[in-house]
Amino acid sequence: MDALLLQVLNGLDKGGAYALIALGLTLVFGTLGVVNFAHGALFMLGAFCAVTFNRLLNLESVVIDPAQKTPWGTPLEVRTPYVEAWLGDFGAFLNDYSVPASIVLAVPVMLAIGIVMERGLIRHFYKRPHADQILVTFGLAIIIQEIIKHFFGANPIPQPAPEAFGGTVYVGEILGMGQTLAYPWWRIVYLFFSLAVIGAVFAFLQFTTYGMVVRAGMHDRQTVGFLGIDIERRFTVVFGLAAVIAGVAGVMYTPIVPPDYHMGMEFLVLSFVVVVVGGMGSLGGAVVAGFLLGILQSFASMNEVKAIIPGIDHVIIYLVAVVILLTLPRGLLGRKGMMED
Amino acid sequence: MFNNPARNDWLLLAGFSAVVLCLPVLLEPIGAAYPALMQKFCIFGIFAIGFNILFGLTGYLSFGHAAFLGVGSYAAVWSFKLFTMNAIPAIVMAVFFAALFAVVIGYVSLKRSGIYFSILTLAFAQMCYNLVYSVLTPLTNGETGLQLSLQDPRVIDAMFIEPAAGLPRVNLFALNISGGGYAGFYLCAVMLIICFFIAMCIFRSPFGMMLRAIKSNQTRMRYTGFNTRPYLLAAFVISGMYAGLAGGLMAVTDPLVGAERMQWTASGEVVLMTILGGAGTLVGPVLGAAVIKYCENIFSSFSPGTLHGAFGFLPDAIEDPIVSFLSLFVGDGWNLTLGVVFMLIVIFLPGGIMEGLRRIRMMFNRRPGNGRKIPATQTQPAE
Repeated sequence: MDALLLQVLNGLDKGGAYALIALGLTLVFGTLGVVNFAHGALFMLGAFCAVTFNRLLNLESVVIDPAQKTPWGTPLEVRTPYVEAWLGDFGAFLNDYSVPASIVLAVPVMLAIGIVMERGLIRHFYKRPHADQILVTFGLAIIIQEIIKHFFGANPIPQPAPEAFGGTVYVGEILGMGQTLAYPWWRIVYLFFSLAVIGAVFAFLQFTTYGMVVRAGMHDRQTVGFLGIDIERRFTVVFGLAAVIAGVAGVMYTPIVPPDYHMGMEFLVLSFVVVVVGGMGSLGGAVVAGFLLGILQSFASMNEVKAIIPGIDHVIIYLVAVVILLTLPRGLLGRKGMMED
Repeated sequence: MFNNPARNDWLLLAGFSAVVLCLPVLLEPIGAAYPALMQKFCIFGIFAIGFNILFGLTGYLSFGHAAFLGVGSYAAVWSFKLFTMNAIPAIVMAVFFAALFAVVIGYVSLKRSGIYFSILTLAFAQMCYNLVYSVLTPLTNGETGLQLSLQDPRVIDAMFIEPAAGLPRVNLFALNISGGGYAGFYLCAVMLIICFFIAMCIFRSPFGMMLRAIKSNQTRMRYTGFNTRPYLLAAFVISGMYAGLAGGLMAVTDPLVGAERMQWTASGEVVLMTILGGAGTLVGPVLGAAVIKYCENIFSSFSPGTLHGAFGFLPDAIEDPIVSFLSLFVGDGWNLTLGVVFMLIVIFLPGGIMEGLRRIRMMFNRRPGNGRKIPATQTQPAE
């Protein structure tokens, strides 16, 4: 029982990442009708926002203190990060919480990148075939990836979780099931974070006038245009929003998997599968499929399952995608008439 | 001038063969005339021609062709290990197994079209790749890669020849293929010409016409009573066999296969080659493959030092920023150049190099006062 629960938890945090990326992909596809292969790169850019922010915080002043000596007899170099020198305890606190705090940096940066990308490139590809959109965004993804590789190197850069969330939490105790079930704190934080973001996006679309117009535009863009609404501008903002979702998903994922320049591509393939399984253009479908595939994957990697069907953990997601695509042309929750051929 | 298309085709084939066979002479001035590089041109040319039969003619964008390449390579190396070091059985095995995989994957994937087809092929290719890394390790030797060893049975060779000391080399009867010499290049070159000829026949045949019709309007084809699936499957399998042949030749020229050959980025590479050269044209994919492989070879060997040498005549204040900017694009950053070029091609010249060449020719052909419009032949993949 504990093992099963552990796998569910494992699947949920991974599923959270899948769901967040897939949500952005679907949002872009549903509004702009564009298949964005660069979305994984946006996730990766978000992760590197966290890296940059951490580096900024750790800029140090080096003071040579002749009064103190190192064990080797040379004068001691006292290194203090500027933030701590200027802000004291709050600086230290900020340094500890650099990953969540870098959301402050990531949101405007990703919004700007998203809007520039939409206005500068994607806009010209609305009328082109999907294959062209795939190709051009694939090229863009390569470019973003290589630029990041140039500046940050090819090795993964580990990011620390805040100290308070660094250890493990005894989930079993909380649920009253004995002490055996321990789980990393940060992954649980990530799960709740992704749920919160997903909730916020749905609330935005469901309960604000702006969101209502966007939904109307997804449904029938021409009519909304006839009503005198500048739907293009709204959709640009939606693209920016999708970039922000991918970005913050990347930021918060850094303590779980150290970011490197090709993490985006790895997630991209999987999240495309998630989108397709959930149903092209269906936001709910993307979220459900994200969590579902995450959990399925972690169940498939249990030793008991692997003993029956060896290698299943590596192919389960793709296998599910193939089966779903062949049996349910619209995916799990796809809308009627949306790319059904 | 040539109104007879058949004669035109023979001329094209003759010209193409002449160029391919004379590559060692033609490439001398640009410093690419060594066999190891030229046989890469040929192998990737074959791969791209095959991909083009599917994508260029039917518009179905497959993101999983590297799987067939990998299958071909593994089959060829197993033929070396089990039977003989002769190249011919290896190539036959490679093509056969690639075809087998293509039938299965194609049959399932072609149930859908458009982006779903892309995702399905991608999913199958990733499955193959992941399996090769994990469960199939006894067959593929996982991360280390499959290679020859002294303990291999090589049953057919063992019957006829006394094994010499050391690892045997791939041969074509008396010719030594795998040493990186001209024999390997000419084997690949002849294969490329044969493949080009077959592709040409397909392009000109009623079958090719049918595939083009599927690309331009599949629904209408179905309304007129054609079942398009067998045609699509045939195109998919042929294109998979080309990929298998390319993979087999890779193994023939260098009998060591790693799983990274099957990764989806490798599928992306052949897409780049085809688009760069010009999808739907005969010569384009070969050209694209050669250009990409040549530039990869040149650009990735550049270092900031070479750049400093090239811009040494400028004052330091200007030189340093230029060099540090350009060093983004060379050496390890070669992929960045590839990405930029690829994006520019897709945005401004969807027909690839061939389209560009045609536009240039039209510019010269246009007589003054005779404002002939350039016909736009944008590729329209099936949705």
